[in-house]
Amino acid sequence: MTRRRGPAFWCLAAFFALFVLFLYGPTLTILILSFQGPSGGLTFPMNGVSLHWFGNLFEKQMVGDFFGSFERSMILGVATMVVTVIASFSAGLAFRNRFVGSGVIFYLAIASLIVPSILISLGIGLLYRVMGWDPAWYSSAFGAHLTWTLPFGLLIMFAVFNRFDRRFEEAARDLGASAWQTVRFVIVPILLPSLIGVGLFGFTLSYDEFARSLYTAGTFNTLPLEIYGMTTNVTTPVLYALGTVTTAVSFLVIGMAVASFTIVRRRRLRHGSDAGKAA
Amino acid sequence: MKRVHSWVTYLQVAPLALVFLLFLVVPIATIVVVSFFDYNTTQIIPAFLIQNYEELLFSPVTWQTYLQTVEFAAITWILTLLIGFAVAYFLAFHVRSTTWQMVLFLVCTIPFWTSNVIRMISWIPFLGRNGIANSTLISLGLIKEPLEFLLFSDFAVVLAYVHLYTLFMVVPIFNSMMRIDRSLLEAALDAGASGWQTLRFVIVPLCKPGIAIGSIFVVTIVMGDFVTVRLMSGGQSASVGLMMLNAMSLLQYPAAAANAVVLLLLVLFTVAAMMRLVDIRKEL
Repeated sequence: MTRRRGPAFWCLAAFFALFVLFLYGPTLTILILSFQGPSGGLTFPMNGVSLHWFGNLFEKQMVGDFFGSFERSMILGVATMVVTVIASFSAGLAFRNRFVGSGVIFYLAIASLIVPSILISLGIGLLYRVMGWDPAWYSSAFGAHLTWTLPFGLLIMFAVFNRFDRRFEEAARDLGASAWQTVRFVIVPILLPSLIGVGLFGFTLSYDEFARSLYTAGTFNTLPLEIYGMTTNVTTPVLYALGTVTTAVSFLVIGMAVASFTIVRRRRLRHGSDAGKAA
Repeated sequence: MKRVHSWVTYLQVAPLALVFLLFLVVPIATIVVVSFFDYNTTQIIPAFLIQNYEELLFSPVTWQTYLQTVEFAAITWILTLLIGFAVAYFLAFHVRSTTWQMVLFLVCTIPFWTSNVIRMISWIPFLGRNGIANSTLISLGLIKEPLEFLLFSDFAVVLAYVHLYTLFMVVPIFNSMMRIDRSLLEAALDAGASGWQTLRFVIVPLCKPGIAIGSIFVVTIVMGDFVTVRLMSGGQSASVGLMMLNAMSLLQYPAAAANAVVLLLLVLFTVAAMMRLVDIRKEL
């Protein structure tokens, strides 16, 4: 592949640039428009620049329960993240051995990905209704979110363990490490970047989930439900301010994940650990 | 491998299995059971009726809605496949430095971790009556009146689908492409294949698994969607998901459940057809 870059490269590069513009353009637009002046509307031109709509966001009566829903979504996201990381990692360990029912569980994970979200939502909602339970964001919605994040976690763990060199474990065992010590001091440190990745999936997928929360959140809304409710009855840039805030939270979480990757890599380089060479 | 440790293995997989059992298997079973129930305006009554299915399948509205949903899925599938393939191809074969490859790949995947509802809303200032698209076209003198079909139309729905889900094509296709042994491309070149022939007879066949996985994601998501259709069509287009939502809001739970079962069967058949092309376990 040492040929000079021909017209094909430049065409594709232009196409790629357009694609990126298409991906980010609209989000950037609402980012700018959320700083609209107090008399500004939902579209350009900008009528001055202000933080008016962000202020508006924090007045409780204007937009329903923004703080409450934000708090619930954060707690739910963190809980989903923790359970996703632990359950996927532990299942990833299990799947390295052959066991009865492994095929069934694998296909359940695939099914969990491809069964439309609305059906999961509807099914859990109906189940709670038939049983006479009250759906709530911390019970039914929590379970609904896990059916979305766990398959991603499991598939990532499969990919990771397929590339994992088992000789590290054998070496640990030969040196007298117990099973728990092997996991704690050998496997987890080597796989740490992948576990951070699984956590990123767990948190963000839960934080942004709409369809699976619809019939499972119960009385109190999560943030995406709140935003969706706003789209039908709010016609001011406060909607964009909310969009800017939630997108900023998403970017913050992505940034934290990337920063943790970098820290892990630096530490490995500094300590000259041989663990880094396997991952 | 060793039988001694088998209970540990089961313990390790138990949390995952439990979640799938409680929040996937049991709820889907509930849908199937409830779809045979009777109902009146206030409650659902345990029964074994096929009336819900009869009412559903003999209604022309059902068929139109399913047709519309399948149409959305097909158009979105073709567009995301073409765009996704081109983007993945550029990343995998035209970007030469690994660092740049990873950076650009990340740039493509970051929107996946942000809110879909917000990404849909962000089209409003672009497509609205006084939006950027219309005012640009007017100031260029291409049109005199603002175009009405941009927002709240089928066009807007498909645009949002492509915007949201092309990523699901890019990632698995890129993954397939990165596994292609570069010496195969050299060999094709040496054997006198043109760039186009290499693409057609070497790269595309080797990308089939990635294409299949991406297609499964895009098609199943679009078939079960209701948020995008409602937000972007402004209530003018229908989808199977919306139809279920309407039944639910009228407290016709068994009717919604029957519809859910039919949709589930349609999705499963579609996926089964695509799975014939690929062994997902081999792809990890």
